Amino acid sequence: MSVQTKADQVAPVDLITVTIDGVEVQVPKGTLAIRAAEMIGIAIPRFCDHPLLDPVGACRQCMVEVPDAGNGRGFPKPQASCTLECAPGMQIKTQHTSDVARKAQKGMLEFLLINHPLDCPICDKGGECPLQNQAMANGQGESRYEGVKRTFPKPVAISAQILLDRERCVLCARCTRFSEQISGDPFIALVERGALQQVGRYADDPYNSYFSGNVVQICPVGALTSAAYRFQSRPFDLVSTTTTCEHCAGGCQLRTDQRHFQVKRRLAGEAPEVNEEWNCDKGRFAFVSARGEDRITRPLIREDGALRVASWPEAVDAAVAGLAAAGGSAGVLTGGRLTLEDAYGYSKFARVVLGTNSIDFRSRPAGADEEAFLAANVAGKSLAGAVTYTDLETAGHVVLVGFEPEDESPLIFLRLRKGVRKKGLKVTTIAPFASDGSAKLNATVVATVPGAEVAALRGLGLAAGNVLLVGERAALVPGLLAAAAEVAETTGARLAWVPRRAGDRGAVEAGCLPGLLPGGRPATDTAARVDVAAAWEVDSLPAEDGMDATGMLAAAAAGELKALVVAGLEPVDFADAAAVRAGLENAGFVVALESRLSEVTERADVVFPVALIEEHPGTFLNWEHRPGRVNTVIPQSAAPMTDLRVLAALADALGRPLGVRTPKQALAELTELGTWTDPAGVADARPAEPVRKSRTRTVAPKVPKVTDGEAIVKLATWRQLIDGGRGQDGEGALADTARPSLARVSPALAQALGVAEGDAVAVSGGSGWYSLPVAITPGMVEGAVWVPTNSPGTPLGELGVVFGDEVTLSVGGEE
Amino acid sequence: MTDTLTPVLSANWGTEKSWTLEAYAATGGYQAVGTALKMTPAEVTDLVKESGLRGRGGAGFPTGMKWSFVPKDNPNPKYLVVNADESEPGTCKDMPLLLASPHTLVEGMIIASYAIDCHTAFVYIRGEVLHVIRRMQQAVQEAYDAGYLGTNILGSGYDLDIVVHAGAGAYICGEETALLDSLEGRRGQPRLRPPFPAVAGLYASPTVINNVESISSVPAIVKNGSAWFGSMGSEKSKGMTIYSLSGHVNRPGQFEAPLGITLRQLLQLSGGVRAGHELKFWTPGGSSTPILTAEHLDVPLDYEGMGGVGSMLGTKALQVFDETTSVVRTTLRWVEFYKHESCGKCTPCREGNWWLVQLLKKFEAGQAVEGDVDKLLDICDDIGGKSFCALADGAVACVTSAVRHFRSEFEAGYSTPAWELFPYGRSALFEVPEKTEVHA
Repeated sequence: MSVQTKADQVAPVDLITVTIDGVEVQVPKGTLAIRAAEMIGIAIPRFCDHPLLDPVGACRQCMVEVPDAGNGRGFPKPQASCTLECAPGMQIKTQHTSDVARKAQKGMLEFLLINHPLDCPICDKGGECPLQNQAMANGQGESRYEGVKRTFPKPVAISAQILLDRERCVLCARCTRFSEQISGDPFIALVERGALQQVGRYADDPYNSYFSGNVVQICPVGALTSAAYRFQSRPFDLVSTTTTCEHCAGGCQLRTDQRHFQVKRRLAGEAPEVNEEWNCDKGRFAFVSARGEDRITRPLIREDGALRVASWPEAVDAAVAGLAAAGGSAGVLTGGRLTLEDAYGYSKFARVVLGTNSIDFRSRPAGADEEAFLAANVAGKSLAGAVTYTDLETAGHVVLVGFEPEDESPLIFLRLRKGVRKKGLKVTTIAPFASDGSAKLNATVVATVPGAEVAALRGLGLAAGNVLLVGERAALVPGLLAAAAEVAETTGARLAWVPRRAGDRGAVEAGCLPGLLPGGRPATDTAARVDVAAAWEVDSLPAEDGMDATGMLAAAAAGELKALVVAGLEPVDFADAAAVRAGLENAGFVVALESRLSEVTERADVVFPVALIEEHPGTFLNWEHRPGRVNTVIPQSAAPMTDLRVLAALADALGRPLGVRTPKQALAELTELGTWTDPAGVADARPAEPVRKSRTRTVAPKVPKVTDGEAIVKLATWRQLIDGGRGQDGEGALADTARPSLARVSPALAQALGVAEGDAVAVSGGSGWYSLPVAITPGMVEGAVWVPTNSPGTPLGELGVVFGDEVTLSVGGEE
Repeated sequence: MTDTLTPVLSANWGTEKSWTLEAYAATGGYQAVGTALKMTPAEVTDLVKESGLRGRGGAGFPTGMKWSFVPKDNPNPKYLVVNADESEPGTCKDMPLLLASPHTLVEGMIIASYAIDCHTAFVYIRGEVLHVIRRMQQAVQEAYDAGYLGTNILGSGYDLDIVVHAGAGAYICGEETALLDSLEGRRGQPRLRPPFPAVAGLYASPTVINNVESISSVPAIVKNGSAWFGSMGSEKSKGMTIYSLSGHVNRPGQFEAPLGITLRQLLQLSGGVRAGHELKFWTPGGSSTPILTAEHLDVPLDYEGMGGVGSMLGTKALQVFDETTSVVRTTLRWVEFYKHESCGKCTPCREGNWWLVQLLKKFEAGQAVEGDVDKLLDICDDIGGKSFCALADGAVACVTSAVRHFRSEFEAGYSTPAWELFPYGRSALFEVPEKTEVHA
């Protein structure tokens, strides 16, 4: 049925016939000549042309001869094939059959080279350079130029990360068009004129775009380089592997390049259905964490209060002893870094080996009704019939709830922007203020104080085929997830849940939740348990309700949970970091599987080193439910054991074998299990959700009362893309492009508090306070303050407050 | 074809304070507006079509036809933009016209705007000519005060505002799409076409862009009729136009005559080449039109005549050079101009002109080597017809035509500096010290 639907959606295409170098080809109306030539395998040299950017016709490299424009008359001059639309009956002659085209192309290359330095031996692009390649293929070999080349001081840092060598630039305007058209950050532009034309930026505004690394990749010469990769390697010394990004749930395909078993750089892979040819700077540059002193390569066990290196058998024995002593009073915290296969290993380990349903991947603030929502709307779903990136473009109207795409899933942001620019897409966001990202989407902002999202959502007119994107933050507003599901159901709009981390969607599928077994099976359902137990060849699965992460940590802190198995998490990622630390410290026994030292390993009794993401294969499911292959980039790891392999070893030693020890086996077993089809009907098996039928009255929020320079307001927050997350450690140039940490308030609230732009305000709540500079934000909803969730120095987990909590805002607070 | 001067646009240039509304009205100015506003817009367009008026900015596209391309069903506002960015070396017709009689343009703009249903019209004036900008601003203010601009013009119910915009000093902004970008506040660089300005021009709305002289010719056509206009000029190049003569002529200046007049006739009118010298080469329409020589003295100066001898009518800016002039040096000066004015957008213009200047300097200094003439022509071939807009075509036209007519003079650059063959002081109209070495 879905296939049929797809076929129905494809609009009939008008095909026209053109002849290129004597070969007839049928192309859709509106096709550019350069694309038509590609279709029959003819590569016309080009620099400015890029299929995802608007044509500009600036470099003039792609000249072709057109003896017949389709009307019987030819063009008197050669034409730039990148701006020439095919017409029925058009005759096009490329460099293969036309002396005119060949001469024009040779001449253009000679022009481009007269001022281009011959520094290929020290240029990062040398070896993968379109100018170099096309000069060899289409140039004339020798230059007739005898003068002195134009030079500029070099390089110019257009941001902390992006460096510009102007004398190498061929002024193709790819970078400036990318920044303006694709990402909507026109911080760079062509300036000056004639032979002095160059890429420039405003003096006070560096090119701090979340997508700046893409301009390095699409630069057809070595004019743009990154601080991270500059002078690091020659392209021909690199070994490239296609893989999937581990940062967010976007599932971007990457090309990761390693040399000497070290990742040197990461490029956006080509995945038209997913990230097209782009990625974000975090995905591109944040990969050097765990390269430092804190990498764990040997097992550690705690002895006399301190960790010491141990052999694998010794560590396994110690872990087994501890877990056996817990006698089933154990829980598993997995975090968001795991592949689907590893997550499956933990899910099965909890149920089969530890005999518990206490497992939770949510190393973040989680909501009470979230699990039911995930069970009903996410788990067990597949790509077929799901909302996809491509669907976003054509949805007509996309509504964002608890979701800030530019920060939280940047490639969704780019795809929405494409839809807005090219397909008439309308975006509405239910958010506390109009962010830069919303402005770039030309979004309608329903300014909403945290907690009032349900009413705002119900007030929107959605139509069938529209899309509702719900972020993980929505779980923190009681009833919001249920309302989103209900609105989608009643309007026919399509719903998608966009988690933040790469492993989250897979963890739901693998059953890393207390109430869910693999494939979306309810752990509370006897038939489902029998089903899985049979597949796993065990007598039964635990029937008792498991605890969620917060519950486990609280139980551990109270001494009620004897053991914890922890995969990878940071206390500050939770609602209350102190509670996490207390839980870890008071749990009878903690086993950590980690790749680098952390707050968890500090508190663990046994630590097993595990491989980095680039060191083992696996799968990430992205928000579309699309599987993305994670491939082994580094075949020689300092810590070659995977989470799955360690779990299998522990299971064996505990006498309850896991049955799988490689990702391949795990994926095969999970696939074989399939997804849950409830014989009794899906709805009955799920807990009834409290659906509020009563219309919530929307009351215009008022400026909160300010007493003694203090106001009590609701906390709005999300994670900025580049922040204090540990996955970004070690990449200083990337960190320097982060957005500043600010406290956003409305002009009225600022006035009531008596603060001006940039003044310090204290945000206090829970167990402490932070002082942040104020950003007065027109259009910000009254009664709220926005601060970033996890920016360096101000992680909200330390305060113990989450989105929607009340916090106190006061003047000053500087230390 | 008549051989006398036919002052129409320049008829009132000699009157006292000709630039004032009072003086303009006293010579029959603003009568045509009243006539036009009583016609339907379509009738005005048809009248201009019938007259055979062709664009006076250089390309010679029929003006009335350009107006009729404006789509009627487009919901966006329609705009008239007058191109007064006169910057071509040798061209000096629009600036004197605006200096002497700015109201002729204002009146033409009212009529043209009415014909295309435009209510906001723009004049984009070259930024360097401040006196002209001020005079135009003054004229527009006077027209507002007199009720020729603003709302309900002459009780007709028709509204029009005129905006006088000063450019920032870039030749490329005379290219109509670069002009539009500049007028919108962007960097002036030519736009990709299609869409053409008639469909999506200024602010992505239907836009007619006309030269100052084209629009200024409209009041006379409305007043005297298309037949009167068509009675002047040649078969396909109708009407009168302003020829501007400069260089080695005794009385340089503007000469308004029917299209199709010859340089021989114009030289007679302007007192001929300076005494004791003879014509060596000349441009028919500014430096971007291929140069001609004495053998072309009797070719009609109209679109077809100039096209027939491998040149173009262009802006009818006749630069006259006598036998004391080095064609190599002249070509170098022109190409230096194009190098300086290249906007940088496309490769052949940006890099090619930069290279041509270096090569031509070698010719001038006598340091070119055997084969460099062919190399020069080959580089011109790699530039011409390959660039984004016509700027580079104009740049190479002066080089290729100079080599065509004076190849041996370029070949002399293999051994002898141009300033030795043509001591520069001799071509000057004033005393200069003899040049003995290359100067850049």
